[in-house]
Amino acid sequence: MSSAKFRVIQVGPHVSFQDRGRFGAMRFGVPASGPMDRLAHAAANVVIGNDASATAVEVSLGGLTLECVEGTVTVAVVGGDFAVSHRSGSIDSWAVLHVRPGDRLSIRSGDAGSWTYLAFAGALDAPVWLGHTATHSQSGLGGGQLQPGQVLVVAEPRDERRRVGPVPRPPLGPVSPRVVMGPQDHRFEPAAIAAFETATYSFTSAFDRMGVRLDGPRLGLSGALSIPSEPIVRGSIQVAGDGVPTLLFADHQTTGGYPKIATVVSADLDTLAQRRPGDTVQFDPISPAQAIASARHRAGEVERYLTRLAGSGRSLAHRLMNEDLIGSHQPFDGD
Amino acid sequence: MSAPTFTAIADHALLVEFATEISDDASQQVVALDGELSADPPTGMLEAVPAFVNLLIAFDPLLTDHDELTAAVHRRLSAEVRHEPHPTSHVVPVCYDPSFAFDLEAVAAATGLSTEAVIAEHLAGDYRVAMYGFAPGYAYMAGVPSSIQLPRKPAAVRGIPAGSLIIAGPQCLITTLDMPTGWSVIGRSATQVLRPHHVRPFRFDIGDRVTFERVDRPTFDRLATEANNHERQSGFGE
Repeated sequence: MSSAKFRVIQVGPHVSFQDRGRFGAMRFGVPASGPMDRLAHAAANVVIGNDASATAVEVSLGGLTLECVEGTVTVAVVGGDFAVSHRSGSIDSWAVLHVRPGDRLSIRSGDAGSWTYLAFAGALDAPVWLGHTATHSQSGLGGGQLQPGQVLVVAEPRDERRRVGPVPRPPLGPVSPRVVMGPQDHRFEPAAIAAFETATYSFTSAFDRMGVRLDGPRLGLSGALSIPSEPIVRGSIQVAGDGVPTLLFADHQTTGGYPKIATVVSADLDTLAQRRPGDTVQFDPISPAQAIASARHRAGEVERYLTRLAGSGRSLAHRLMNEDLIGSHQPFDGD
Repeated sequence: MSAPTFTAIADHALLVEFATEISDDASQQVVALDGELSADPPTGMLEAVPAFVNLLIAFDPLLTDHDELTAAVHRRLSAEVRHEPHPTSHVVPVCYDPSFAFDLEAVAAATGLSTEAVIAEHLAGDYRVAMYGFAPGYAYMAGVPSSIQLPRKPAAVRGIPAGSLIIAGPQCLITTLDMPTGWSVIGRSATQVLRPHHVRPFRFDIGDRVTFERVDRPTFDRLATEANNHERQSGFGE
């Protein structure tokens, strides 16, 4: 059976295998994990003809350099604004490339974004746990973090050279992430609620796949500092006794005893996870009914976007030109 | 039995809360509702996450919403035919050897008991798996006797090995990862609650009963070797 192989030359921290996520095991203490930016992960896969949920490599600001040691395969780098270098030159993420033996592919933090996804046309081999390769960072269960010297194997690699070129970006959501207040907003002082709803917070460097500590006005609690441990979801904003809010992401603990002032709606989590330390954020409270509407609206946008990417097929470049989605298309691969 | 309160969480979850303080009654209501939901899942429900006093229902917002799920939970709570839980009983061997029980002396000092009396009290407890949380396989068991209930330490201690038996307040658990903890470490068990590659990766179900059985250090060592061999062998099967 044919395969393509890549040796890991350099890898930063928090670079891991991720499929769509391991849903349904929160009752056993296992969060879904999966990509920090789920839409970018899905886009990286479908634009090269993979299933949207396939295993890809999530690359952090620490970067990744691979060398192709065997086989040829088409790859996509999608998410954030990362810098990619390849024999065909230096380009931005949101690109499809074709890779052959001896090629080095280097992915570096570029102008913006915290996570980008490297997907391979084929089946990227990674350890499976509970049916998924999604890596849970604290335990290492699932596909795991990439290590220097490791060899990545892509089974049944495909030549999708016809798809080489830039990848159109999805429609943008609102600038301010929408939240539904609670479930413990009643445990906070009124001044804290007002501060949370109006103040600007910034991402600190305490940012990983579990979550990010936010810097801004302290949020005072009106009563007991802790509640009986209760379930947490991705997007929960919990506040510890020191009044500092933490926004929880893909590898969130499944339960906790700190009150949660608000929860970010799922439609706005991908964009939020792409902020960098120092970037600011202001939250926009909406009602639960508006939150449901936001999810349904976003699902339609995402489906149309991914369908367009998947169908781009043989004439992607022409189609993009025809739809005026890109200004100037320059192929990255000469062969 | 009190009526629960319902709180919307973002666009994809509903929190059903039976009490604000930990109690056996609240926990049993959570377990009962969990059983009803698992026997007859409402449209759009993705998973239920039981905790001490409440239960979270994660759902697909394309298929349902907070109001529909609230109504579905009400119907299940008022239904005449209830699905009775069938908890499994587990006997878990524990070694209280001083080389494992880093805080046994401190617990004895704080409670005014001898270390042997602390062990006897712990063994006398009747434990129930109330929830999993924090990290994979962390099964929170309620039922620590009041005589040895102590608050958490002011700061977590690092490097507590997996398999440690730890207590805080009425709760007790066996750790599955090497992690910091602010709970009191009173022993170690070779019983792995999390067996990642086993056909049943999580040993306990919510609502299961657990009793502890004291073993000496040589017995612990033998059980630990056996458990590691089993996990390694089942790992080969993949």
